[in-house]
Amino acid sequence: MGDAASDIQLLNAFIVFMNFVGIPAITYGSQLALGALGLTLVYGILRFSNFAHGDTMAFGTMITILITWGFQSMGLSLGPLPTALLALPFGIAATAIWLLLTDRVVYRFYRRQRAVPVIYLIASAGVMFVTNGVVRFIIGPADQRFTDGERFVVSVREFKAMTGLPEGLAIKTTQALTVVTAVVVVALLFWFLNRTRTGKSMRAFSDNEDLALLSGIDPERVVMVTWLIVAALATIAGTLYGLDKTFKPFVYFQLLLPMFAAAVIGGLGSPLGAIAGGYIIAFAEVIITYAWKKVLTYALPESWEPSGLVQLLSTDYKLAVSFALLVVVLLIKPTGLFKGQSL
Amino acid sequence: MSTRVQSSGAGAVRTLLMFIVVAGLIIGTGFVQSWNTALVILGLGLISSIMALGLNLQWGFAGLFNVGVMGFAALGGLAAVLVAMPPTPGAFAAGGPRVALALLLGAATVGAGLFVWRKLPSGALRALLVFVVVLVGLVLFRRVLDPGVAAIEAVNPASTGYLGGFGLPVLIAWPVGGLLAAGAAWLIGKTALGLRSDYLAIATLGIAEIIIAVLKNEDWLTRGVKNVVGIPRPVPYEIELQRDPAFVERAASYGLDPVMASTLSVKLLYAGLFAVVLLVLLVLSQRALNSPWGRMMRAIRDNETAAAAMGKDVTARHLQVFVLGSAIIGVAGAMLTTLDGQLTPGSYQPLRFTFLIWIMVIVGGSGNNFGSVLGGLLVWWLWVQVEPMGLWLMQVVTSGMADGSALKAHLLASAAYMRLMTMGVMLLIVLRFSPRGLLPER
Repeated sequence: MGDAASDIQLLNAFIVFMNFVGIPAITYGSQLALGALGLTLVYGILRFSNFAHGDTMAFGTMITILITWGFQSMGLSLGPLPTALLALPFGIAATAIWLLLTDRVVYRFYRRQRAVPVIYLIASAGVMFVTNGVVRFIIGPADQRFTDGERFVVSVREFKAMTGLPEGLAIKTTQALTVVTAVVVVALLFWFLNRTRTGKSMRAFSDNEDLALLSGIDPERVVMVTWLIVAALATIAGTLYGLDKTFKPFVYFQLLLPMFAAAVIGGLGSPLGAIAGGYIIAFAEVIITYAWKKVLTYALPESWEPSGLVQLLSTDYKLAVSFALLVVVLLIKPTGLFKGQSL
Repeated sequence: MSTRVQSSGAGAVRTLLMFIVVAGLIIGTGFVQSWNTALVILGLGLISSIMALGLNLQWGFAGLFNVGVMGFAALGGLAAVLVAMPPTPGAFAAGGPRVALALLLGAATVGAGLFVWRKLPSGALRALLVFVVVLVGLVLFRRVLDPGVAAIEAVNPASTGYLGGFGLPVLIAWPVGGLLAAGAAWLIGKTALGLRSDYLAIATLGIAEIIIAVLKNEDWLTRGVKNVVGIPRPVPYEIELQRDPAFVERAASYGLDPVMASTLSVKLLYAGLFAVVLLVLLVLSQRALNSPWGRMMRAIRDNETAAAAMGKDVTARHLQVFVLGSAIIGVAGAMLTTLDGQLTPGSYQPLRFTFLIWIMVIVGGSGNNFGSVLGGLLVWWLWVQVEPMGLWLMQVVTSGMADGSALKAHLLASAAYMRLMTMGVMLLIVLRFSPRGLLPER
């Protein structure tokens, strides 16, 4: 009798946990992983940390939003799914053009000069400024909402009706969509990198540039393909983040830190590492800034019930979590978990 | 030695000419727009020059990429509040000891974690123990801190609700700001220097964001986004000058009305103070650049491997110059908050406080102290002037469009963002076509 009751309590604790920690962290982690993948690819192939990446995401998302609004006014929709999915290919194409343009105008020159990485870094800061200006010029600095379609896959009320439990579990459409899209995109990316000729030449180029050049790989082609992939990853990551939360250009700039942290934790230049890093950062952030009172109230015996909120850090400091993890990794294992390109 | 201060005759002439051009721009602003505007630009331009000087020490001398200028400047701003604001009556008694104890506990937690890490052999046990120590420490820290913070913030929250400062003259805050920034820089440098150059960039980007987050959210320390206003000034208030008969008389003898004369005088006094600090730092930087230490720094920058082979401790020298440069930025940050008379944590934007300073250093000429000062003044002037220019350009572009058209309204409203684009394009152009900047290193 007592056992069954405590089992139910544990189940409730688990549901609250999933609702407020598990599902949001998986969603956010997927978004970070896609963003960090873009960073790590640029690092692996072009060999610099791209400070413009956050703003590239903002650019791609902006184009997607504009096209989405166009479709919405034309009455196009995907039914339960957000219209933004229809607009995504256009956003990716525009971002690809923008990135190839910046490469042609900015980065290619330094590649020919074989400039040191820090010069690229400064150049990417210049690109960041310009992209930032373009985005604010076109869509402004304010919040934009462009989510439509069905809001929930499973809503709290449906879940309660289904299970009869006092605690509910909600899965937003955007959350489900994020995870599904991330899985598909990552699978496609790894298939491309491991199975196709172009992908293999990219990996060869990343491992050893000189050797790759000797074996006849065209560096400009590798760089171009990299930018195309980065455009797709950045636009998808940005759009998913915008659908799930909200689109605000400055927030995308701030995503740079967790994305960098994810890429470094996994090992800069390692795609697998970027994905792992994304989830590590997301879970750490949510776990440390979540108020655990409700979960603990269910999970612990009544006499242990916590009095406070049991929140380790206020959500205002979520950036501090990625930073702390970054510092720990730099101190202990600077090459990252998956042995990125070392020093 | 003195001949080496100015590298060559041609270089000196170029430097002089460039400074005359910038002086002309600022004086021209005085004639065309107003002297008030010109002096506002000059004051902030001088502060920007000092920040650029600090960044140049790191980047120009040593090749270190610091993306955290904003954070170090904000620490300087915090110093202005902590030094100059009067203490809030009753606030320390309400929660001060608790907060102090909590901060000690926090430090002890970090210390204990490090101790366990160092003493135990590596393995799962060590990781687990460190985790437990940090977790317990964090929980204790919050348990002690939170009631103290609540008590402090409850003290007259509408106007204070924070600890206040020491009520000392605000000029003392300038060196204190430097010290705060130096401390933060030491922590970051210890972590990220000696690794790949990108890591310092990423780490400084992070610390800057976190410093701003602390200033925004720790109301007991800075009032957060409620801002601290009315920081005491090092110069007289306009209203005092206007009440002073001697001042009014002197103003009249120049043909100025008292109100105008007092605003101009106050701004001139500020500019004078800033210019003194800038000159002192410029002389020191110049001497450092031409000293054996400066030559060593540049040798390390140009070839780390060779310098290390010659027995130089590259990481230690990098740490030294990184701390020094950040301290200068901290001083400038304190000066900025002094000039504003208020600390507004919400106003710290990375584009304005970090990347704009970078543009100043690169446009002025990396590695050349005079170049940084020039870049600071010139780029700041541009930053201020590009906005009206952008608006004017948009008005010309849209003049053919029908009034009330959505596009016209949008273009006019967005003109402010032209300045970001202009700055980015300027950085890219200088970096590509004139990477040594307006005043090349040598």
